[in-house]
This record gives sequence, structure tokens and C-alpha cells, in this order.
Amino acid sequence: MSEIQSFTMNFGPQHPAAHGVLRLILEMDGETVQHADPHVGLLHRGTEKLAESKPFNQSIGYMDRLDYVSMMCNEHGYVMAIEQLLGIEVPLRAQYIRVMFDEITRILNHLMWLGAHGLDIGAMTMFLYCFREREDLMDCYEAVSGTRMHATYYRPGGVYRDLPESMPKYESSKWRSQSDVATLNASREGSMLDFIADFTERFPACVDEYETLLTDNRIWKQRTVNIGVVSPERAQQLGFSGPMLRGSGIAWDLRKKQPYEVYDRVDFDVPIGVNGDCYDRYLVRIEEMRQSNRIIKQCVDWLRDNRGAVMVDDHKVVPPKRVEMKGDMESLIHHFKLFTEGYVVPAGETYAAVEAPKGEFGVYLISDGANKPYRLKVRAPGFAHIAAMNEMVSGHMLADVVAVIGTQDIVFGEIDR
Amino acid sequence: MSTNEEQTETESPASEPALVAALREAFGDSVSIEVGHTAEVTLTVPHASLIEVTRRLRDDTAFAFTMLMDLCGVDYLSFGQDEWKTDSATDSGFSRGVQREVIVDDSDQFEEGRFAVVLHLLSLEHNRRLRVRAYTTPDNPPRVPSVIDVWNGADWYEREAFDLFGIIFDGHPDLRRLLTDYGFIGHPFRKDFPLVGNVEVRYDAERGRVAYQPVTIEPRTLVPRVIRDDNRYDEALREQPDV
Repeated sequence: MSEIQSFTMNFGPQHPAAHGVLRLILEMDGETVQHADPHVGLLHRGTEKLAESKPFNQSIGYMDRLDYVSMMCNEHGYVMAIEQLLGIEVPLRAQYIRVMFDEITRILNHLMWLGAHGLDIGAMTMFLYCFREREDLMDCYEAVSGTRMHATYYRPGGVYRDLPESMPKYESSKWRSQSDVATLNASREGSMLDFIADFTERFPACVDEYETLLTDNRIWKQRTVNIGVVSPERAQQLGFSGPMLRGSGIAWDLRKKQPYEVYDRVDFDVPIGVNGDCYDRYLVRIEEMRQSNRIIKQCVDWLRDNRGAVMVDDHKVVPPKRVEMKGDMESLIHHFKLFTEGYVVPAGETYAAVEAPKGEFGVYLISDGANKPYRLKVRAPGFAHIAAMNEMVSGHMLADVVAVIGTQDIVFGEIDR
Repeated sequence: MSTNEEQTETESPASEPALVAALREAFGDSVSIEVGHTAEVTLTVPHASLIEVTRRLRDDTAFAFTMLMDLCGVDYLSFGQDEWKTDSATDSGFSRGVQREVIVDDSDQFEEGRFAVVLHLLSLEHNRRLRVRAYTTPDNPPRVPSVIDVWNGADWYEREAFDLFGIIFDGHPDLRRLLTDYGFIGHPFRKDFPLVGNVEVRYDAERGRVAYQPVTIEPRTLVPRVIRDDNRYDEALREQPDV
């Protein structure tokens, strides 16, 4: 009998389970992976270099496009870095709005992850269920910023505008009768906060629904239990963060440990795993969705009772209102300077980190006192995770590679930057 | 899984003066310690002792920086240079500011302090962060020791810094390009690398394959880079109470 030799296999970059543009060179021994070499960079746009050529505010939109399923959390990291250098204190209402949208974003991200992860390893229905709820949250993005994804809603000094008093509504058409539209619009009659409050009431039942499909499902467990096990020591060595770190049993969450905005005023728990395998990370993320829901509820209650400014009143950084500009010379000058030149940020360097859905999203910003960043470095959580791909899949079967890609929650926008 | 839930009380990061004192005691005058106006601590280490210092930072229980969160290269070539002279504009008027000066630096030796590698460390135990900066050797290509044996997670960060800045990490086992195209020439994040790049890609229908050609778009500056003396950020004036 002839000896079976190992062979090399190309996976991606166009593969439905590659989550975008991952190219993996796999060295296989039969069905077993011996070595995996991920080739990334196919989505490299040089975001950090582009940011060096633009005034600070013009790069906020680029941040949405990094991790394009958790848009506002990326913006948050960037504006926080600028605010730290400028020494701005954001108004309380804006802080609550940011926390609320960070958590909406977390649910958005985890729904996308759950749907795609389920689809990758054979649970087709999950995808449809997750996208159903995702749509409602996308509408919140749209209501507040005008776009469903790339919001550019957070600005240094607060958020772009206050929450709207009405929600976008469905309209009747040839395909959608008046009565259907009435049902769809039932929760959209009030303000945006009413809509979100209604969502938080509905959502825990939806998570239960996902869990009935997966948590005790025999096939799901066969595909995830004891797959891609990472010990707590290795997780630290490899620079993991977020659910990848917590899945290995380390209770580390920046929202608790280094609270920013008003995370120290809201009540929530941090779930952690025990075994550090794909199944534990699944449970961690499911629980995170429930906890996010809890935070959103608290923010809605607070925002209903407390009105106030959502931007700092400093026209050296924040442009004045158009109405003021029409009658006030000084406002006109401020407006002109901000939109032709931007604002200068005092020389110095800072590292601002937020707990993004995928882990620690950090922004390292060096300013030399100019109106543009001197150097911007984005620390993307997924980058550290995919760097450990080889270690996580070596010795596993080919089919488990897909499970590991899913559990790492990879999005190439942030890895390639 | 147990929902091993934490208490709801939040912790705050450990105070910085204690860290500065501990660093001073451990490393003495061989390093320089800087606390910026954002109260973050930066430790500047000579490249020769980078491994020694980082190992100590990881293993010494007083520091316990078990995690490397980020590592990146920085090019200080045009630090503090602006495209608009705001102080002398009254004599001559402002230029349009659209002529970007071409910086070409292909010397054998770079200036001291041209490139640096910046590490961001995190200690889970003490809940604190530290920034470590090491300037590279002035050679072309610049060199710095690899910290991959201290934190295995440094692997791809160093590959990225090599790719984008051309910094060689001595001791890295697999220093290949990471983000740029196969066969890419140059190091795009250096300040002397043009923003529009050097080559562009198109599909050549005649030859039936992808072809590279010199870039055809013009570099342009929409907003000039301006450095203004803003008294609000002046350290000396900041401390004084409002008059």
C-alpha cells in the first residue's frame, strides 16, 4: 500500500464560510489539519494612513467601516481618544445615548454572529431568525442617523443629535396590505424610545427561541463542544479579549474593570465560560445579549426622565447650530473655521479602549498639535484572534475550521483595516 | 458553563503614581518615564534592553503585564511639520496649501529617533495599562528585537509593523508581509510613501491578465495640515485659575 502524504489545500478567499475574504493555506493529513496559514489583507484599505491626511472629524465615517457589523462601537473608540486628548467631558445624556447604542450594537453584532455561525455549521434557520430581530435595531440606527449601517453618529463632544420623536414607518403597497402595515407599525407609533422599550420587552423571548433551537441540540453540541479549546494562560499570551477571553474563564470586561461613559451606573452581569471551547463562547455571547438588553432597558428609563444637551457647548470643537450662524458673526467664524480647517488637538498621545462586541477595540492616537492625527493605530480585537487561528485549528478536522472561524467572530473590515 | 457572575460593583484602574514609582525603582535611569496630560504612563526603553525589560514587566508580580494588547510602528519623519505657516501669514498671505512637499528618504542611515515600536501592555491583576516605546536602530532597514518569546501574540503585530514600516524584528521566526499585496514593493505607512501609492492595478484585456502600471491619479490636499498655538492647551496657562 502506498503511503499517504500530507497535502496543501487552499480555502477561500471566496468561500461562503470564510466570512468575507479570508484565504487559508491548510496543510492536511487526510481530514486532519496540521498547519493553517491565514493570508489576510485582501480588504486592506489603509484606513490609518487615510486618517493621517484628514481633519479629525472626517475620519469618524471610516471607523464604521472597520468592523462593519458593530459600527458605533468603533466610532466610540475613536471619538473617545480625541476627547481624551482634548480633555472634553461629554454631557450625561450623550453618555447614556452612547451606552444605549453601544449595547444595541452589541446585540446587532451578536445576532449577525449567531446567524452566520449557525449557518456555517448547519443551522440554517438561525440566520433567518436573527435577521428578523436585527432589522428592528437597524431601524433604530436609521431613525437616529439616517443610515442603517454607517452612522457617523458619535462626534467628539457628544452625539450628532438627540433621539428622534418618531420612528420610520412601513407604507402600504401592492404587496403589503393596509392591515399588514398596521400590524408592522403597531410598535412604531410613539417615539424612538417607545420603540426600543417595546423591543426590550420582546427580545428576551426571542433569545429563548434561539436557545431552544441550539443550546441542547445534539448536532450543535457535537459541532462545538471541545472544539477550539483555549486555556486561560494561552488566551492571555495570545492577547485575546472580549468573549474569546471570557469563554476561557477570565472575568475581564472593560465595561466593569475600566468603566467609561456611564457603565458604572448601570446594572449588568458578565458571563464567563469554563472550558474555553466553541460551545462556552456561544453561551457567553447568548448571555451577553440578555445583559445588553438589560442595559438598554435601564438607559431607556433614564433617557425618558432626563432631558438635556447631547453635545458640549464649545464651538472650538463642535460646530454651532445653523440658526445661530445666520445671525451671529462669531458663530459664522467658528462654523467656517471648523469646516475648512477643523480643530487642532493638543500634542500628546493616548490609547482609548472600549469593550466592543468582539473584544477590546483600542485606538492609539498620536497628535503633534495639528488639525490631523499624526498617527492613528486601530487595535482590532479580531486581529489577535485570527493570528491564533493556526494554534486553534491544528489537529482538528477540516470541518472544524469553519466552526473556529465562526467562534472567533471574524470580520475582515477590522482585521485588514 | 456556570454563569459565574461578578459582583456589580465596578473597579477603577490602579493609581498611576504607584506604577511610576515601581518602574523607577525597577529600571532606574536606563529608561525614561513620561506621564502625558492624559495621565497615561509611557516607558521609553533602549532597543538593546527591550527583551530584558519586557520580560521583567511580564514576570515581576509588581507589574504582571501578562497581556500585550497592541504593538505598532511609528514613523516620526514629519512630526511637528505643517503645510501652512500660520504665524507669518500676515506678511505674505496664506498659500493655497495644496502643494504637498515630496519627502524622499533613501539614506543608508536614518536619523536617530525616526522609527519607533510602541507596545501597549495590560495587567489583568493590577488593572492597569502601560505604554512601552523603543526606538529602532538607525540602520536601513531599522531593527529592533522581537518580543514574540515574551508574548506569543506579538507574532502578527510584528509582521504588520514590518510590512507597513519596514522594521526588522530580530528573532521573529516568520517575518513575512501581512496586509499588502503579494509582491508589493515599499512600506506604505512610512511618511515618505505617497498616499496615492506608486502603482495601480488594472485588467489588461489584450493580455488577458491583471497588469500593474505607475499610478495615474494626482495627489491632492483638500485641507492643509495646520499647527496652531492654542493657548487653551498651554500647560503653563492651564494651571492658572480663571481671571
